[in-house]
Amino acid sequence: MSALAYPDHITATYYLVLAAILFTIGAVGLLVRKNTLVMFMCIELMLNAANLTFVSFANALNDISGQVIVFFTLVVAAAEVAVGLAIIVAIFRRRQSVNADDVDLLKG
Amino acid sequence: MIAENVVFGIIAAAMALGAIGVVRTKNVVHAALYLVVVLAGGAAQFILLGQEFVAWVQVLVYIGAVIVLFLFGIMLTRAPMHPKDSLDNDLRWPAAVTSLFLVGILVGLLVHTFHADKVDVQRPVRTADVTSSIFTTYIVPFEVVGVLLLGALIGAVVLARKD
Repeated sequence: MSALAYPDHITATYYLVLAAILFTIGAVGLLVRKNTLVMFMCIELMLNAANLTFVSFANALNDISGQVIVFFTLVVAAAEVAVGLAIIVAIFRRRQSVNADDVDLLKG
Repeated sequence: MIAENVVFGIIAAAMALGAIGVVRTKNVVHAALYLVVVLAGGAAQFILLGQEFVAWVQVLVYIGAVIVLFLFGIMLTRAPMHPKDSLDNDLRWPAAVTSLFLVGILVGLLVHTFHADKVDVQRPVRTADVTSSIFTTYIVPFEVVGVLLLGALIGAVVLARKD
């Protein structure tokens, strides 16, 4: 852990550790929440943490591909949110609920 | 470099608190607003890393479009906004174990592997370089992702249509 003690120059490790912590918080939220909208927000948190990792590597390695891939990730996340919210609205129209625990028709 | 360290620390703390707010708040609208804090903090970190193109794309796409979509979703599903309706399930202890495991592995691996990489903020990336990279090296993925977005939007309309 000596890399984290009193730096004169900030290193990529700080950004990577921040991204890891955000990813973990998002994963925990996905596990403990049962409202599907909030679960979606936690997925966005995890995607955002992955984007932060891509950008910090793009900077540390001086490679432009990291930024391009972040651009693609953003587009895929936007598509995912559009389809996911449409599915949630369709489920709500049928069952009057957005709780993940209520969608249990396939449960044995 | 002290100023950069301080700014990074402040933004990182705001992002972590916002993320905890998303996971802990009892109000769905508040969760969306905490998510705005995290996304804006991410954009600020991108600018701190000298990568302004993705920072502004983040502001436009995430804060501008995705959050508005979330607010529409909250509105259309009449999500619970009172503290009496719980948003959590009973997976608290498995989640705690998973989080400790995940954060231990991720932080340990990242610190152990990449502790020598410096972040070079003296050399911001020009947006022209990013766009020319998108339209030369990554032109095929760019077109594919455009078709994906079109398909996703048509699919969302078909799914959400009242029939």
